[in-house]
Amino acid sequence: MDIPTNLKYTKSHEWVRLEDDGTATIGITQHAQELLGDMVFAEIPKVGRNLKQGEECAVVESVKAAADVYAPISGEVISINTELESAPEKINQDAYAAWLFKLKPANTSDLDGLMDAGSYQKVLESEAH
Amino acid sequence: MLKTTPLNQTHRNQNAKMVDFGGWDMPLHYGSQLDEHHKVRSDAGMFDVSHMLAVDIKGDSARPFLRQLLANNVDKLTQSGKALYSCMLSPQGGVIDDLITYYLTESWFRIVVNAGTADKDIAWIQARRDDLAPDLEITPRRDLAMIAVQGPNARAKVWQVIAGSQTATEDLKLFQAVTYDQYFIARTGYTGEDGFEILLPAADAPNFWNALCAAGVAPAGLGARDTLRLEAGMNLYGQDMDETTNPLESGLAWTVDLKSERDFIGKQALLENPARQQLIGLLLLDRGVLRSHQKIVTQYDNKEGEITSGGFSPTLNLSIALARLPSEVSPGDEVQVVVRDKMLRAKVVKYPFVRNGKSLI
Repeated sequence: MDIPTNLKYTKSHEWVRLEDDGTATIGITQHAQELLGDMVFAEIPKVGRNLKQGEECAVVESVKAAADVYAPISGEVISINTELESAPEKINQDAYAAWLFKLKPANTSDLDGLMDAGSYQKVLESEAH
Repeated sequence: MLKTTPLNQTHRNQNAKMVDFGGWDMPLHYGSQLDEHHKVRSDAGMFDVSHMLAVDIKGDSARPFLRQLLANNVDKLTQSGKALYSCMLSPQGGVIDDLITYYLTESWFRIVVNAGTADKDIAWIQARRDDLAPDLEITPRRDLAMIAVQGPNARAKVWQVIAGSQTATEDLKLFQAVTYDQYFIARTGYTGEDGFEILLPAADAPNFWNALCAAGVAPAGLGARDTLRLEAGMNLYGQDMDETTNPLESGLAWTVDLKSERDFIGKQALLENPARQQLIGLLLLDRGVLRSHQKIVTQYDNKEGEITSGGFSPTLNLSIALARLPSEVSPGDEVQVVVRDKMLRAKVVKYPFVRNGKSLI
């Protein structure tokens, strides 16, 4: 499974991309969408909401189950991917393109605690055993 | 160690996502549960249901025995091959299992029971046999595999695969079965579509499955089986009813024969306990997904209910559910469902939601 090297990851299977303008884009990983199966619903936090790192902030639901999404870093929600409200299957089609929301990070140092692709790969391998 | 069906390796060869389903290693899907669902509604799909168990009941007292054992009345079965859906109740009126009974001859009936309850069912049936009809032979048929082929084109594709079977089965009515060659072919199912459920020798199951596949029947997993049966408004044992609920509060009054003089196990308890709740359908009006065990608040003195089966309906493209609600609630009412930290609005409707590919909502 290809894990993009330009992203940061959490153990709870979110990805984060730090953009050039200092904002952070957040989604769930390919592995997470595979576990869940066909997506049928996504509930995304409202613009303006302040999230704390580790906080439950979104829910994605597949035909099989509902899964919480946790804020990988602290910050204010500045944009949400409204396309997912009518087309949650975009997450299945390309989990790294179908972002959920964008944050203005409260502390850029939060990102330092996240995993790179290599470490995330090891997490997936250990889960498989 | 999980139990496996004769098709376990076949599923793995087809890249099925396998899951532990009540102790059985079963396919959840083969890629996309939604695609499999739509294929059954629009064309033909097949399910390995070999985890379910056929049990042959043989002996002269088979009919009188089943008359007492089952809540529905086997005296409705007068023509060989005819099938009857029924609950098997405890003396307290709880549902031990729901099953299908086939009448083959006066000394040979066949029942098909759920996988998760099979051991309990056999023990119960054998104990009742020892009391009521010691001469009866009760034979679990683990030597048989069972494949459900479902969808508007299901029968035609089976006819392509089993040479000569069209003549033998095209006049079968719903809930009727016939033995043809090594196949026991029943026009039954759990999807709300036309099709067959076919019992055959376990060793022949992989070749038969592959031949159906070559004829264009899509393998479908337990995931699609669940969304299809929910749309079709068919109960799932262990979710919509179990030993703690009675059939009259589980949408199954139509399967319980309380009118005839016949006595059966659980009858007295049902007569003494009129239904105070009902199983009824819900359509979610707000965005979200209904799931089993979510609480429901009604407008009737805030009396509560609970979702027994909920999910996303691929055919209707919204969330639907079966729910146990107070008897006062009627179709058209609006109720509130507690979903995480929100109260979502749902409309009460009669089910089934979908039959033969068409929305009934």
